[in-house]
Formats: sequence, C-alpha cells, structure tokens
Amino acid sequence: MIEARGLARSFKTREGIVEAVRGVDIDVSPGEIVGFLGPNGAGKTTTQRMLTTLLAPSAGSARVAGHDLAREAVEVRRRIGYVAQRGGTEPEARVGEELVDHGRLYGLTRADAAARGAALLGRLDLHGSWARLVKTLSGGQRRRLDIALGLINEPPLLFLDEPTSGLDPQARANLWAHIRSLRAEHGVTIFLTTHYLEEADALCDRILVIDEGLIAARGAPEELKRGLAGDVVALTVRDADDAARAALVLEARSAASAPEVEGVIVRFHLPSAAAGLPEAFWALEEADIAPVGVEVHRPTLDDVFLSLTGRALREQPVAA
Amino acid sequence: MTTAAQTWLIFRRAMRLSLRNPVWVIIGIVQPILYLALFGPLLERVASTPGFPGGSSWQVFVPGLLVQLGIFGAAFVGFGLVAEMRAGVVERMRVTPASRVALLGGRVLRDVVVLLAQGALLVLGAFAFGLRAPLSGVLLGLLVVALLGAAFASASYAAALRLGTEDALASLLNTLAIPLLLLSGILLPMSLAPGWLETVSDINPLKHVVDGVRALFLGETASATVGWAVVTVVGLVGAGLALATRTFGRESG
Repeated sequence: MIEARGLARSFKTREGIVEAVRGVDIDVSPGEIVGFLGPNGAGKTTTQRMLTTLLAPSAGSARVAGHDLAREAVEVRRRIGYVAQRGGTEPEARVGEELVDHGRLYGLTRADAAARGAALLGRLDLHGSWARLVKTLSGGQRRRLDIALGLINEPPLLFLDEPTSGLDPQARANLWAHIRSLRAEHGVTIFLTTHYLEEADALCDRILVIDEGLIAARGAPEELKRGLAGDVVALTVRDADDAARAALVLEARSAASAPEVEGVIVRFHLPSAAAGLPEAFWALEEADIAPVGVEVHRPTLDDVFLSLTGRALREQPVAA
Repeated sequence: MTTAAQTWLIFRRAMRLSLRNPVWVIIGIVQPILYLALFGPLLERVASTPGFPGGSSWQVFVPGLLVQLGIFGAAFVGFGLVAEMRAGVVERMRVTPASRVALLGGRVLRDVVVLLAQGALLVLGAFAFGLRAPLSGVLLGLLVVALLGAAFASASYAAALRLGTEDALASLLNTLAIPLLLLSGILLPMSLAPGWLETVSDINPLKHVVDGVRALFLGETASATVGWAVVTVVGLVGAGLALATRTFGRESG
C-alpha cells in the first residue's frame, strides 16, 4: 500500500539547511496498522506530509495506494485519507456542512456525501451532531469528526498524525477502539504517527522508529520491547552496607541483573517486576536485609530510545 | 466535478461562514460611510481650488472611496485564511483531489461579492449625500473595483500562505498600505499635487485605476483614462491570481 525508497526532505532556514528526513524506506502492506514512532522533531510529520502529497520530497520516490507520488498526485489524493495532528475543521461550521462539502471535493454528489457523512457519524459515535457547530464539540468528538472527514472518500489507506495527542485517557482509549474497528470491519490500512509507546503498542502490527530523520529500528512492538532489559527496580535499604550486600544477594539469588549501588539505593533490571520482585524480597529477607522502599519503572519510549540510540529521548524538535 | 463546480462549492462554503459572522462585512461598509459623512463635506469647499478636476466633489470623492474599499477590503482577507490554516482547514482541502484554482477562486469570488455589496451600498449612500453620476459609469466603475478587489484578495491570500501568521501579514500590509494610499490620489486627486509628486504617483498603478473610475463617474467610457484603468486592473488580476494559484499549489499551509 505504501512503498517508499530513500524519501528525504530538507528545509532552508536562517541557520542553514535542515535535513528533516534523511532518506527513509517504508513498506506497508494492505490491511496493516503501522506506527511511526519518534520524538517531536524526528521527522514523522514531514514524512507523512510527503506521503500525502502535501510536501514534495527533495529526494527519493514512493508509490502510495498504487500510484506514483510525484507523477500521479491527484490519483494518490483520491485514494487516501489524512487526519492532521491539529485537525481540519472550521469552528464556525456545522458538522454536516463540513462532511458534505468535504465529500463533494472528492466529486461525490450532495446526496451521496450526506449519506456517507451520516453513516460515518454513526460509526464514530457522533449521532445527533449533524446540525451542531464544530466549536461546540468536545476534543474527543472533534477528533472523531476529523477522522470521519478523512474517511468520506472511503479511502483504502488512512494516515493519522498523532491521532490521540491532547486527548484525556478515556477519549484516547475510545479512539483506539474506533481505529481498530476501521481495519477489522472495513479493511482500512492505517499508517499513524505517535510519540506514545503505549499507543503504538496498543494499535500497531508493526512499528518504525524514526530519530533524527532516519529509521532507527523496525519491527513488531513485542520485538522492540524484547530488546529492552525489562523493568527497572530501585530498592532503598537502611544503609550503604546493606545496599552493597543486597546487590550481591540479588545478583546471586534472583532474576535481577546488573545491580548498581548508589548510596542506600540499589538499582537493577528484572524481566518482569510483577513476577520477579517477591523472589527478590525472599532472598533479601534470608540475608537479613529489610527494604524500606521500592520503585518500579516500566520501559518507556525513553528506554526504547536509549537502548536503540544510546541517547535519551529528546522532546525538543531539531528544527526549532 | 469540474473546476467551476468546485469553485462554486468553495464560494458557497466561504459565503455561508461570512454571513454567519458578518462583523467584518459590517465594519467594511461602516468605514466608507464614515468617510462619506465626515470627510466628504470638507471636499465641497476644496472643489473650487484651482487644479481640482471637473465635476462635483462627490464625483471625485466617491470613486476614490470605492477604490479604497476595493483595496483595503480585499487586502485584509488573508487574515481569514491564516485562521483557516491554523485550524488545518486549508491542509485538509489540499489533500483532496480538488483543483487548487478552485480552492483559491471560490474564496476570491466570495470576497468580490462582499465587495460589490459594500460598494453598491456606498454608492446609494453617496447618492443621498448628493452624488449624481450616469448609471452606466457607476456600474462600470463597480466592475473595475470588483476586479481590483479580486487582485488584492488573491495577493493577500498568497501573502498569508507564505507568511503563515497574523503578525507577519499585518506588518506587510501596514508597510504597503500608507504609500499606496498616499500615492494613489484616493483622498485628493493627484492633479492638485506639485509636479514631482504627480510624477512619483504615476508609477503607482492604483493612481490610474482611481483616475479611470473618476472618468467613468464623469460619464466618459471610451477615453484613454478609462482604457488605462481597465488595462491596469486586468493586469493586476492576472498577476494576483497567477501568484496565488501557484502558492496554493505549493507546499505551504
């Protein structure tokens, strides 16, 4: 559905030329949900804007939905839906008007656009919002309207840019369910960007990790996480002596690996803290060491990044 | 769907949104009426000054106001586009297969229709103040002003797409507006100006548009002055539309 080779894009700024995307290969098969994961400024949105014909690549080529991006932009546009991060609805417009007008830009008749729009509102739990002004919708509702607009031409391929950013956890979970059903019930191929690991985990069959304009890793979420050393546990004990002894005991008698002592704190990795901590505590009790505090840190995008790139995740964009 | 049909669709959408919140349309018409009421009477005296063109002071002043409306009413439409860009509406439309000409043209058409309504109201108001001019001249004058508006609206959209923020657009407009206004003879005819100033103003295409609309209001139709105005305004429309269409097709917004 997507087949991109060496796609690159640089921008001229006052500080010189910024290479936002430095040559990426992307393959997405029909029916897949693929996540494009990376920190802000890594090149996710730039890549997606190239694949959706909004931005001309400075190098490379791509076929999207069966057509060449450079030569057949209009054919590509007919076959894709795109939901931008900031959305795309006019606050003063009515929901139904936005759907009908958008559908007509794809060449649908007024009646067809209205029928499809109404069906999409139903599918996305926006019943009864046809006559409402866009500005009266909640953030989650507005996001679902954006998605409805992106689907009005029944595209086989849907691009979502940070679909749940700015939504509360409930609205996010709800949107995830809708995205899954697009594929399950309508066979839509989905290519989404996100900087939330749990989002990629919850939705995607495959993940591409992008950093500084290059693909840093690709694989199923499980594969990527397998590359990590599991949960990080920070255990506080009574004094430095206990901490040094605890490190030895844990290494010898539990699943803990790579313990490090820092004052009264011992840090170590466990493949799974839920399964491994009781055993670690038993071992410590037998050695007469009483933990006074414990903190468990689950792997995050930072950890994926740290292990993939050896650097901490930068939240600041490269090109400010 | 043809480009014309798409243009019509974008026009109707833009018009619907303008009418839903008509504050700007109303401000646009109140301003020229203030000029009519508060500045017009001053000109009645000035009209006897040597160098003042023939006809009544209203036949000189109202065409100037119409051109001013055509320029400044249209030059500010870019602010609306910046808001649409911020909301993501422009980008959403650019992902559709719709013609870029239509995405621009529908909006410009809305601006021209608003402008014509304001211009017609202005002429009717001026009639109450004492304007007398041939109907054909008034209608042709409005047509020239409509074309001028289309040119400035297009240029304003192109600038909005390039600049992307209200601040940048406002500084550009403020930089251009005062010299254009002063050198166009909109408020007082340039025939009153000393030689050097008149020469400088000759470079400003808007001066020729103002002169042409004045000539139309005086009943000329086939004169060289009118011809220059039409040529100028058609050239401006062509340049404005070409620039804006190119910008819409490019990757901004």
